Amino acid sequence: MSESSTADITAEQVAHLAHLARIDLTPEELQRLTGELAQIVHAVEKVTEVATSDIPATSHPVALHNVFRPDVVGATLSTEAALAGAPEHDGSRFKVSAILGEEQ
Amino acid sequence: MAKTDLMDFDKALELFEPVLGFEVHVELSTKTKMFSDAPNIFGAEPNTAITPVCLGLPGSLPVVNEQAVRYSISLGLALGCEIAESSRFARKNYFYPDLAKNYQISQYDEPIAFDGSIEVELEDGTLVTVPIERAHMEEDAGKLTHVGGSTGRIQGAEYSLVDYNRAGVPLVEIVTRPIFGAEHRAPELAKAYVSTIRDLVRALGISDARMERGNLRCDANVSLRPRGQERLGIRTETKNVNSLRSVERAVRYEIQRQAAILAKGGTIVQETRHWHEDTGTTSAGRPKSDADDYRYFPEPDLLPVVPSAELIKELRAALPEQPVAMRRRLKADWGFNDQEFRDIVNAGLLTEVLETTQQGAAAFQARKWWMGEILRIANARDVEPSSLVTPHQVSELIALVESGDLTDRLAREVLEGVIAGEGTPEEIVEARGLKVVSDDGALIAAIDEALAAQPDVLDKIRSGKVQAAGAVIGAVMKAMRGQADAARVRELVLERAGA
Amino acid sequence: MNELTRMPASEQARLLADREVSARELTAAHLDRIAAVDEQVHAFLHVNERALEVAESIDARRAAGEAVGELAGVPVAIKDVLCTSDMPTTAASRILEGWVPPYDATVVSRLREAGLVPLGKTNMDEFAMGSSTEHSAYGPTRNPWDLERIPGGSGGGSSAAVAAFEAAIALGSDTGGSIRQPAAVTGTVGMKPTYGGVSRYGAIALASSLDQVGPVSRTVLDSAMLHDIIGGHDPRDSTSLTDQWPSFTEAARAGARAEAFKGLRVGVVKQLSGGEGFQAGVTQRFEAALTAMSDAGAEIVEVDAPNFEYAIAAYYLILPAEASSNLAKFDSVRFGLRVTPEGGGTVEDVMSATRAAGFGDEVKRRVILGTYALSAGYYDAYYGSAQKVRTLIQRDFDAAFRQADVLVSPSAPTTAFKLGERVDDPLAMYLNDLTTIPANLAGVPGIALPIGLAPEDGLPVGIQFMAPQRADARLYEVGAALESLLEQAWGHTLISQAPDLSLGEMLAATEGAV
Repeated sequence: MSESSTADITAEQVAHLAHLARIDLTPEELQRLTGELAQIVHAVEKVTEVATSDIPATSHPVALHNVFRPDVVGATLSTEAALAGAPEHDGSRFKVSAILGEEQ
Repeated sequence: MAKTDLMDFDKALELFEPVLGFEVHVELSTKTKMFSDAPNIFGAEPNTAITPVCLGLPGSLPVVNEQAVRYSISLGLALGCEIAESSRFARKNYFYPDLAKNYQISQYDEPIAFDGSIEVELEDGTLVTVPIERAHMEEDAGKLTHVGGSTGRIQGAEYSLVDYNRAGVPLVEIVTRPIFGAEHRAPELAKAYVSTIRDLVRALGISDARMERGNLRCDANVSLRPRGQERLGIRTETKNVNSLRSVERAVRYEIQRQAAILAKGGTIVQETRHWHEDTGTTSAGRPKSDADDYRYFPEPDLLPVVPSAELIKELRAALPEQPVAMRRRLKADWGFNDQEFRDIVNAGLLTEVLETTQQGAAAFQARKWWMGEILRIANARDVEPSSLVTPHQVSELIALVESGDLTDRLAREVLEGVIAGEGTPEEIVEARGLKVVSDDGALIAAIDEALAAQPDVLDKIRSGKVQAAGAVIGAVMKAMRGQADAARVRELVLERAGA
Repeated sequence: MNELTRMPASEQARLLADREVSARELTAAHLDRIAAVDEQVHAFLHVNERALEVAESIDARRAAGEAVGELAGVPVAIKDVLCTSDMPTTAASRILEGWVPPYDATVVSRLREAGLVPLGKTNMDEFAMGSSTEHSAYGPTRNPWDLERIPGGSGGGSSAAVAAFEAAIALGSDTGGSIRQPAAVTGTVGMKPTYGGVSRYGAIALASSLDQVGPVSRTVLDSAMLHDIIGGHDPRDSTSLTDQWPSFTEAARAGARAEAFKGLRVGVVKQLSGGEGFQAGVTQRFEAALTAMSDAGAEIVEVDAPNFEYAIAAYYLILPAEASSNLAKFDSVRFGLRVTPEGGGTVEDVMSATRAAGFGDEVKRRVILGTYALSAGYYDAYYGSAQKVRTLIQRDFDAAFRQADVLVSPSAPTTAFKLGERVDDPLAMYLNDLTTIPANLAGVPGIALPIGLAPEDGLPVGIQFMAPQRADARLYEVGAALESLLEQAWGHTLISQAPDLSLGEMLAATEGAV
């Protein structure tokens, strides 16, 4: 892999991405990922060579549409089953630490 | 917190032109959720109306509720929108504990409906056309309860609890284009717009549209620009405005607040603001920033929605009248004068009155109860009248009055019972033993007793002083503890006098 | 080793039907085999404590004269990416350690309904991200042919379990080759069905538009039989096809009997069948297989798929993008790990600390890459372009299938490499899936089966057949035909050449390595 475009990705950028993805990175991880990401991005940039504007995008490998479900109530989970895997709950609701941000 | 400077409203309008925009979220009243067959119900015990899909459990997948799509298309058509030939879902990615998957399934570049408009009538009958940019389908989030701290609000809370019953409830978000020219009537227009959307979705039968329950939620965008300036000002988005009255107040407040800042040479921060019903103010929320990178991409678990021409035709044919046309027709049908009708609309009770008449009540009776006793109690309690009783209950009550089973006074008592949740009007009449005594025998016995106490009354009546009957009627009503039809008692007394 | 465990599932099923063996005996034989070899192979993350009980209930049903499915009583291994309500489901990640889902994946429900006996959950690369199973949070699986080598990935646990005779059949999932590449390097069979042919409901999503669940086995017929059970429409998966599928079992049986190659146009994909990165022995076995097919009447044609050159690049944009979103749900709120930073913190801090501790390096790498590919300003250039490449690759397939009935390539460019050899070089690792990725991008089915051993290292080499969307049956027919052709020529199955892994051999192998 050529090293020419590795400067495209900065540690600050990776730190921002890690924040968006909610993953704490150690300084070592940040440094390593910055280098790796630059390499990978350089390799995958190849897609832009052939992706011209006249080509439609394919999101689904098999083209289907109008896949619907009738509006009929089905089985629900019991509260116990729902909470069974939760790290913390109060018996009926999931419990989380204080929220700093606010509702979107 | 320092007191926020507000400019006098009229002064603000002299200096600035307000530009409005609204994002209204409508919860659809489908039986199940948008992407899961969990029941779409309000008020259930926490985390009981959920499936693996609602909790975003690993491996779970969404499937689109067909009824929600039909409702959304109907709403799009009623808003005069084009219905997309092909529309698709997208993921809006952001982390928040009420969002089970940490992405919301919404629509981004291909909404189901776009480019419409709706006529809104102001209090004096002026019509304003509000341009609609789009209406798109999405899912609601769960409900957070903040515990600890003093306010119950997010700030200062020690921890939060999450209930996912609401997660995945179908929503349609209606987004307007910027609305110009409302001028000093901007607050009034805001209220009229939301009220029109509310009437519309209820006429369509696609949402309960109860604002106090969050079925209908309005985010109001307000910006000001100096007179003569073409460029739009920086806008704020006020969230959490959950009653018609608040919509009006919040827009007025934002105009006054922004005008005060701009007049002093300050700049408006583009941000989300929160409306506080208790103080009648807005407070700064999160500023818009680069962090708002929602990384939208087409939802790979769902396929495009391609409504057929037949479906659109079918739904178009079933559309109710436009709210403005409907109002005009109802006003004529009901025979109310301008003021009477406008009062109903301004109280936000048109749908309630209409639905009450549809249950068989006479329009004047429906109006009398909603605009009278129910509105009085609602105002006293500072709640929406529709949160107290249903049109069905009111029509039942009216029927009991009409049939002579209840007097107005008794009916008011029954209404209190209904509001207190004691049951249907019939049940309350039964339980409280409130029925009017329609047994003539019982009435005649009471009349005889009253006449024995006031022997001169019959003579007075016979000599032409019919009003003397009042004393007997009063005594009988008192003896019957009000559970008698005064008109019938009067008839019987006059019969007795041979008049 | 108990001879029962060496039989294909079809044979085991016959013995069960004839009451020559009970499901309990058969299950016990496999549990014994697991106990004997899995400490070395590490194919399983969890062994079902109730397997014998389940087997007994099948025996009881059969004894009561109940109609049961053809594979009823046959043990099956399940990749740990599939939700099982009675066993932990971790996708080989720390973040899901010990999580028992409150529901079964649709394919698992179908196994249970058909009376198969779940033996346990197989190891994999964490969240199916990898080609070697070295990215499992619970340690790598080893290749039964050579314990110092990788068993392929991400489904190395399922392929190794089958190759080591710990199970005759297993479920896998294939996003870019995770069924086919492990099959190639372990001398086994694996099928990635047409996208939508098998339900994804309950399969922990890696890349939703690429993932497909499929069968893993030692014979083509066994995969076909398993596919018949798990396949077909599922209303819980919107992308599930409503097609009525033909019997794959019959297709495989027909292939093994008839002269399936007469007049069959076999297209050799130029871009997937040689050149840089292809091991000499792989190419040699591949060419020998082509000759065998040609000798049997097939018409071998070369087809050009120029845009396949861009497949890996497109794949490593689409996969991370979808994965970054699919893996956002692992946030410590409703299930799985929670790590609270020292001194507490906001929910945001807890989420970030949990994901830092719960995800391995490869997962972090791909989630961050995917976040980048979807970010404002980069979407069109990366994700958008990758989706266009997908269109081009589909067009290449369309053109190729006008010239050929099936397409072929080696299943993987090399035989099994040594553990640790590529783990620190993500790009080299990504090249492993060169031959398998185009099928996922286009949604077409692909089957991998063994075609011999590479002369230079004596390790298995696989061939991949691809067919147009929905033509899965054709692959079973052609696959079974080649399998029987080669086995007739060899006089034995390839898997019979695998080391026995009996205690003596195992010790020798381990000592040799140390």
